[in-house]
Amino acid sequence: MIQIDNLIKVFGAKRAVDGLSFSVERGEVVGFLGPNGSGKSTTMRMITGYYAPTSGKVSVGGHDVAEAPLAAKRLIGYLPENAAAYPDMSVHGFLAFAAELRGLAGDAKKKAVARVVERCFLESVLHQSIDTLSKGYRHRTCLAQALIHDPEVLVLDEPTDGLDPNQKHEVRNLIKELGRSKAVVFSTHILEEVDAACTRAIIIDRGRIVAQGTPDELGRPLDEVFRRITIPDTAKK
Amino acid sequence: MKPVWVIAKRELGSYFTSPVAYVFLVIFLLLTGFFTFTAGQFFERGEASLGAFFGWHPWLYLVLVPAVGMRLWAEERRAGTLELLMTMPITPWQAILGKFFASWIFLGIALALTFPVVVTVNVLGRPDNGMIFAGYLGSFFLAGAYLAVTCLTSAMTRNQVVAFILSVVTCLFLILVGFNPVTDLLARWASPAFIDTVAAFSVVTHFDGFQKGVIDSRDLLYFLSVIGFSLFATGVVLRNR
Repeated sequence: MIQIDNLIKVFGAKRAVDGLSFSVERGEVVGFLGPNGSGKSTTMRMITGYYAPTSGKVSVGGHDVAEAPLAAKRLIGYLPENAAAYPDMSVHGFLAFAAELRGLAGDAKKKAVARVVERCFLESVLHQSIDTLSKGYRHRTCLAQALIHDPEVLVLDEPTDGLDPNQKHEVRNLIKELGRSKAVVFSTHILEEVDAACTRAIIIDRGRIVAQGTPDELGRPLDEVFRRITIPDTAKK
Repeated sequence: MKPVWVIAKRELGSYFTSPVAYVFLVIFLLLTGFFTFTAGQFFERGEASLGAFFGWHPWLYLVLVPAVGMRLWAEERRAGTLELLMTMPITPWQAILGKFFASWIFLGIALALTFPVVVTVNVLGRPDNGMIFAGYLGSFFLAGAYLAVTCLTSAMTRNQVVAFILSVVTCLFLILVGFNPVTDLLARWASPAFIDTVAAFSVVTHFDGFQKGVIDSRDLLYFLSVIGFSLFATGVVLRNR
């Protein structure tokens, strides 16, 4: 579903993403790991069409993101980093807005909103405005937005960031369940999540893939593997 | 067209869920009242026209329109929602137009709420209502031109204050190139043809016709060009985020 081919993104003098190639099929949950600033978010922003790549190609469901952005974006549900949402809107208003932008109207819109509200446990805050929500609820609201059109591809940038242990557990289970019928990529720097939710992990450092495989293939314990293959910040120039 | 309306609806709603809309409407109406009746000497003029009312609009909008438009894109950048919006299956154009129309409609509502001056002048005398209509139309396009400039400055930054100041300065420039004291100053050394050319870039020059009751297609074209150019430039700025 997601096909990435020699993707490069340069910001000024910095190569944030340096020749990434990988693909994600339906039924896979790919964990995207790497130290801070390794290019995880930049890659996800290129998959979702927010950044234009410096060179290379991304296609989603067979649609080139650069050439047919609307067709590609229709297939994607995206949770951006920090779960951005309009603070002045209510949870319900925000989800209805997202549904309308996805072309849902009338009954289909109502059903879609009801479905994600149930799935992300948002009933209790449905009419609260987003700026009064705790971080966990805001995160789930933004996740609900990503699921509103039942997308075939999910791109989740740190979906468990800022959640409490129970919420983390719920979100991981949700990702696992969604992964059965969709292509899911999510980024994290929590290694236990790889074991808990992924069918495959890709570890990147400074914009390049340094290791990939199933959690078992990568070796154990995971955190030692991670430390060995990614260079700590302090060692970088 | 549908996504344009979805975005416009959200944007318009967000004016009214925050105090911005109410503060703006009250201040706008108080200031138009003050400028028309006190500073504009509406009663002392002894004529049944709204010259005292419309004459102030280029100056009044100079501060108020950037205040309405400054958050349009700067706030999206600051809150990170720009990323959400730009990864939705919509074109940047639909977002730009949606936001622009929402604010323009809001300014139109503010302008419509000045109807008591029309009633007043009709009660007191026999004004030329066609002329008043032309004045309102011109004023609406004037607000649209300032607003489009503000869209552009707002897209450039995540800081609303910077967007506001850049917009005020740009709009001030659009006034001053056709403002009589400034053109008189230029007349000391420049040829009349040069002054006319410079003044043709001014909103004041093109707003004058409307105030006199003349709806000239050249004036309309001028305002539509300013709006079109500014929104196009907004698109370019957003593409190079």
